[in-house]
Amino acid sequence: MRTMFKSLWALTLMSVFLTSCGNGGSSNKGALSGSVAEKVYVAPGEHDEFYAFVSGGFSGQLAVYGLPSGRLFKVIPVFSVDAEKGYGFNEETKPLLNTSFGQIPWGDSHHPDISQTNGELDGRWVFINENNTPRIARIDLSTFETVETIEIPNTAGNHSSSYVTENTEYVVAGTRFGIPVPQRDLPIDEYKGNFKGVLSFLSVDPEEGHMDMSFQIMMPGFDYDKAHPGRGDSHGWFFFTTYNSEEANSLLEVNASQNDKDFIAAVNWKKAEEYIKAGKFKTLPTNYAHNIYDESTHMATTTWKKEVRMLDPAECPGLVYFLPTPKSPHGCDVDPTGEYIVGSGKLSADVTVHSFSKMIKAIENEQFSGDAYGIPIVDFEAVHAGSVKQSGLGPLHTEFDAEGYAYTTFFISSEVVKWKLGTWEVIDRKPTYYSVGHLMIPGGNSAKPFGKYLMAMNKITKDRYLPTGPEVTHSAQLYDISGEKMELLLDFPTIGEPHYAAGIPADLVKPRSKKIYKLEENNHPYVTKNEQEAKVVRKGKEVHIYMTMIRSHFAPDNIEGVQVGDKVYFHVTNLEQDYDVPHGISMIGANTSELLIMPGQTETFIWEPKHVGVWPFYCTDFCSALHQEMQGYVRVSPKGSKVPISFTLDGDAVDAE
Amino acid sequence: MKNIIRTCSLLALLALFAVSCNGGAGKQESTVPTAPLGKGQSAVQDDESAANALQVAKSLEDFSTLVVAIEAAGVEDALVNAGPLTVFAPINAAFEKLPAGTVESLVKPENKAKLAFILKNHVAPANFPIKQLKKDARKGRKLYMASGNYLEVEHREDAIYVGGVKILKTVQVSNGWIHVIDTILLPTE
Repeated sequence: MRTMFKSLWALTLMSVFLTSCGNGGSSNKGALSGSVAEKVYVAPGEHDEFYAFVSGGFSGQLAVYGLPSGRLFKVIPVFSVDAEKGYGFNEETKPLLNTSFGQIPWGDSHHPDISQTNGELDGRWVFINENNTPRIARIDLSTFETVETIEIPNTAGNHSSSYVTENTEYVVAGTRFGIPVPQRDLPIDEYKGNFKGVLSFLSVDPEEGHMDMSFQIMMPGFDYDKAHPGRGDSHGWFFFTTYNSEEANSLLEVNASQNDKDFIAAVNWKKAEEYIKAGKFKTLPTNYAHNIYDESTHMATTTWKKEVRMLDPAECPGLVYFLPTPKSPHGCDVDPTGEYIVGSGKLSADVTVHSFSKMIKAIENEQFSGDAYGIPIVDFEAVHAGSVKQSGLGPLHTEFDAEGYAYTTFFISSEVVKWKLGTWEVIDRKPTYYSVGHLMIPGGNSAKPFGKYLMAMNKITKDRYLPTGPEVTHSAQLYDISGEKMELLLDFPTIGEPHYAAGIPADLVKPRSKKIYKLEENNHPYVTKNEQEAKVVRKGKEVHIYMTMIRSHFAPDNIEGVQVGDKVYFHVTNLEQDYDVPHGISMIGANTSELLIMPGQTETFIWEPKHVGVWPFYCTDFCSALHQEMQGYVRVSPKGSKVPISFTLDGDAVDAE
Repeated sequence: MKNIIRTCSLLALLALFAVSCNGGAGKQESTVPTAPLGKGQSAVQDDESAANALQVAKSLEDFSTLVVAIEAAGVEDALVNAGPLTVFAPINAAFEKLPAGTVESLVKPENKAKLAFILKNHVAPANFPIKQLKKDARKGRKLYMASGNYLEVEHREDAIYVGGVKILKTVQVSNGWIHVIDTILLPTE
């Protein structure tokens, strides 16, 4: 019995052994796993080949990853406050969150797009749209900071955004939800015909990048979903998918799925420019915020805009055409040549592809099958180039490589499918884990895709990582697409929802990345450029502290004469001129912000002392060997106290020798 | 006894397991590159920041002997560190005052530790501009040096003296201060 027991035990051990080594063996099979590991391995100290700017979705932010390693470098706060960076808490960045609805502390970021020159990524800015409180933001890729946000009026759910034209002439926005324009008190069931869908074209200053609401187009009240610009021959056109051409206002999952075909709206924006020039627009009163961060003053300011120029396509022939596209199309993707417009009907079994040259011919020959609210509907057969048949379930988005292949994601069948442009044949399919939404190939929505990698962004993760309770991380998956067949390389967690991403070779961005802010170029109204000029000034109930920080002290670091009920402004300048030497400052009881200040930068927070006493502040960023010594005190006296304002360093005046 | 046998068989099995899996790991080693040795902070390329203590020393001919000594002692990375650092930097003439052959001997590999110790006696791990040194002299504070020694600060009529050596000139660097001196500050051990 004992022997038998022992044998059983040995067998158990053997099976453990087989299992362990079996697993190791199979994943090593054919040296495949070894080479996969090598393909994503970036040695310590080495740099990744690509940047990936990955939308944070409902987090409202934009995350910066390296590819192929999948390492996270930075989360750039855009539409949501961020304690880590003081974003939206310090006085300088608060205006970036201003909207006509007030200061909105969180947002829903969706589609990052990198600025282009001649249809190629130029690595200057990333634009990203906010869906909920319709906005577009611009991130400067020399500082990796949000430097501009602009609200989109007459819009609700800015989803078909923020894609740029081939020379970044425009960045677009489009409403997902039909709404009364201008907004007014209407019964909801009067939707049909009364609700509108507005598309927006914002011009981009070629030098500074500043956005300006150039014009809007008053479209029928469909739901505008995704968009992409024409390029090459189709430059001058912009394509928007629409669903709910039924104009339903309730139970859309049923009522917006009645029509066999919805549309891709083809907008001729060069024509729009002509109409604007000819004065064929109406000026509508509105109110929206335009917020710009000035790198020289280290401060954002808000301008309130009161008007918008509106074009009505029914009165502007040749401005918009509808291209019938099966079953509630979602993705609207244009191939690198600009000839093919891919519309992925999310309920369709096929991927539909339209031809730009056929569209132009059909328009010339007036091959229209009708119109919708005065907008001509081009005959489907006259514009249809081909379809990828039975390619998967639930097609969503398509990107391209430089070899004439397209890659489409399928949400329901959880896969990426590679197919050939022109022949529409399926070349390869690989599963995703699970339910993929967008995909990204560096440059894959430009005239010059860089190929090599494809990143799939998944909506559902379930068991892919160590569980963390009911809420688990979203994920991205990296595929090697350099061969005929795709190969899964890596699976990594993301911030928020990786809604969409933009990828670019690191060499196009790296050389422009700033290391410090020059102190001599700092024009902040409350800057203190050297320690001797530090001061504390009382203005009635306000106390302004002009403070400096350098390894490893604040100047001044002992302050007296502050009273309960005062509003104390800490204007703090980091005097360092050395790469990667930020300082932080935190004040006990301050409930506006804790600051993290880069070399050469000035930031401000407000402290309203509530209790009498002596209260410390300290550096929150481990700046130096004497970081723990970097601290100070503020003495708070009762209201009406006779203690005068005074401030010292090392027991002396800040300019004492 | 039975227990021993059982233990032995377990060990044998484990050994087998280890050997087999080692084989696998060995195979993997040949395909996965190993991490390269990291370069120190002094190798960082940065032409935007203000120059740090090492970059300033390297840029001035007067410090050529000091730079040779820094490299021989292998303390380049410490001199570019966030610090903050206050360096009392001897010019070439300071080294020439030492007995003949001293420098040649100190830069030999076998004297690396000794040389590093002498150099550390020239660096205070703190932020001491002239203004602060004047205050320190007035308040009778001594300077704690990276060597562990303390140096006296005096405000004499013509200048500030540290460890009895006159400060000739001062340069602000990105990670602290360089005070130029013309005599080596030999540690008292």
